Amino acid sequence: MIGIQQYLTVSAALFSLGVLGVLTRRNAVNVLMGIELILNSANLNLVAFTRFSRLDAARDAARHAMDGQLFAVFVIVIAAAEVAVALAIVLTLYRLKRTPNLDEATSLKG
Amino acid sequence: MTPEAGIFYLFATVTVASAAVVVFARSLIYNAFALLFTFFGVGGLYLLLGADFLAATQLLVYVGGILVLLLFGVMLTHKLYNLNLRGEVSQLTSGIVAAAGLFAVLAWPFGWPFHFYGLAYRTDWQVNPGHAPGPTTHDIGSLFMGRFLLPFEAASILLLVALIGAAMIVRRRRDA
Repeated sequence: MIGIQQYLTVSAALFSLGVLGVLTRRNAVNVLMGIELILNSANLNLVAFTRFSRLDAARDAARHAMDGQLFAVFVIVIAAAEVAVALAIVLTLYRLKRTPNLDEATSLKG
Repeated sequence: MTPEAGIFYLFATVTVASAAVVVFARSLIYNAFALLFTFFGVGGLYLLLGADFLAATQLLVYVGGILVLLLFGVMLTHKLYNLNLRGEVSQLTSGIVAAAGLFAVLAWPFGWPFHFYGLAYRTDWQVNPGHAPGPTTHDIGSLFMGRFLLPFEAASILLLVALIGAAMIVRRRRDA
């Protein structure tokens, strides 16, 4: 029987791998991939809680039974906006420093 | 094992294994294509959870939009004659320790050693999986045009502002 714990385990594994990518990769595009993994794990949690809610999503939409899925749609929108702006910043960094590595952008270091 | 459990474990394995490739593989192209399979796996889990509209949105937006943008990012931030697209890592050991500890605290599922379980298994979830999932698109549409109209419009303006801002940031200024 697949319960909510199994989905939460997959989501926690995705989240941990995303955090690992953000912590260890030097390339800015790889860090963005880690952030996408984190956002996907959050979305998986939201959809799983919607599915296993005590409210019936098919009948109780007026009583907040669908709110998790709507929140997930907004998370997808934010992810699209975030990746567009972040890639613009990465391209500007590359044009300025000739490197995609985050730890070489040290102009503000004292 | 029921068919549902088999499909769940298939999608879960695809998702987690390709996410591991995203994090651990050195080649940026391998990372991007493994991310494709991660998005497909998460979309399959959405379908299994009865979220049909979200699964379609996941494929359209993530695979069709965000992944292509990331590939553009890979191509534009490397010299094109340099076919050796390597992403380097730093502080790998401490990062693995931190991420493994995070996963253990959140959802360690095995119960060994010391009968240790993660938070997902120690919480007494008040769940009711009994109701059958139905089509969700109609409800999502009427909620977006009803109770969620203000966040919907705010998200539209956010997208517009983000796209204009991204174009402004990468524009080559003549005065700079």
